[in-house]
Amino acid sequence: MPSDLIHEYMRIDHLPQIWCPGCGNGVIMHDVATAIHELIEDPDTPCNRDDFVIVSGIGCSSRAAGYLDFNSIHTTHGRAIGFATGIKLANPKLHVIVLTGDGDCSAIGGNHLIHAARRNIDLSVIVFNNDIYGMTGGQYSPTTPNGDKATTAPYGNVDRPFDIANLATGAGASFSARGDVFHARETISIIKQAILHKGFSLVDVYAICPTYYGRKNKKGDAVEMLKWQKENLVPTSKFYHMSEEERAGKKMIGILSYNDYPEYTAEYAKVIEASQKKGKK
Amino acid sequence: MLGKKRLVVDEAWCKGCGICAAFCPKEVLEIKHEKVQIKAPEKCIFCAQCELRCPDYAIYLVNVEE
Repeated sequence: MPSDLIHEYMRIDHLPQIWCPGCGNGVIMHDVATAIHELIEDPDTPCNRDDFVIVSGIGCSSRAAGYLDFNSIHTTHGRAIGFATGIKLANPKLHVIVLTGDGDCSAIGGNHLIHAARRNIDLSVIVFNNDIYGMTGGQYSPTTPNGDKATTAPYGNVDRPFDIANLATGAGASFSARGDVFHARETISIIKQAILHKGFSLVDVYAICPTYYGRKNKKGDAVEMLKWQKENLVPTSKFYHMSEEERAGKKMIGILSYNDYPEYTAEYAKVIEASQKKGKK
Repeated sequence: MLGKKRLVVDEAWCKGCGICAAFCPKEVLEIKHEKVQIKAPEKCIFCAQCELRCPDYAIYLVNVEE
């Protein structure tokens, strides 16, 4: 018998999940379930479980839509944001949450990502960013750091990586944030804020893939990879008070950019209203 | 006032990754035969860090009926 949270929000007949030992995806999926649970329980944010839709694409991370017991849809590779856009436009009251991986979101689905961000449609995109294609055997992805090894980069990756959070900001997203596996409490809080935000929100969550990325790059096991996150990923409140020297080699987690752009479905509703008025004349 | 809590392990779901034991602030846990064991239950401070970071939902706190 699992915990009450897992029992309530996951399809337990599908568990235990099939991810590798120490994979960060399970922790991020737990963060998403906890964030939704806390929103449902909080009287200040009136909602129930049927207000949430989980949409995923293809890849290790995208299996999460099968485990999470909500209205959910597991779509085609790279197209989760496309499907989510349709769902949101059909019923703008829904909280549409996209669970995707670094490859699904920024390579195969890169165009969907930038245009959904540009439109500022109210989706919450949670990226399980493990720097590699895990499901297909460890090929380098758009977020594999330069020089790091992968099955398809045995001498080191020549490409320069995307910073997905900054990419979203550059494309016009009104909310862009970064989380990680180690700082679970902080990441849950960020995911909650992303869900509540009216506009396109993206949370780039640094996952860990000990099986492929970790092993190929001698990063150690899951514990070693999380120790790296503990030491090198710093919450924004602390990061701002650090000197340039202290910041060397470290990255910030938290909300990275926030803007009050008009939201797409609200703007679209105005068009519908205007056209209906014109039709009645 | 917080109620009494108890730590529970579901061995069947544990994959032995060791994350819970490594980040337990009180060294309550250990990995034996690729499964988590509660080595020192009396030291547990019920911080739930193991539950938060277990990728497999194999360790968690439950409320104990008084």
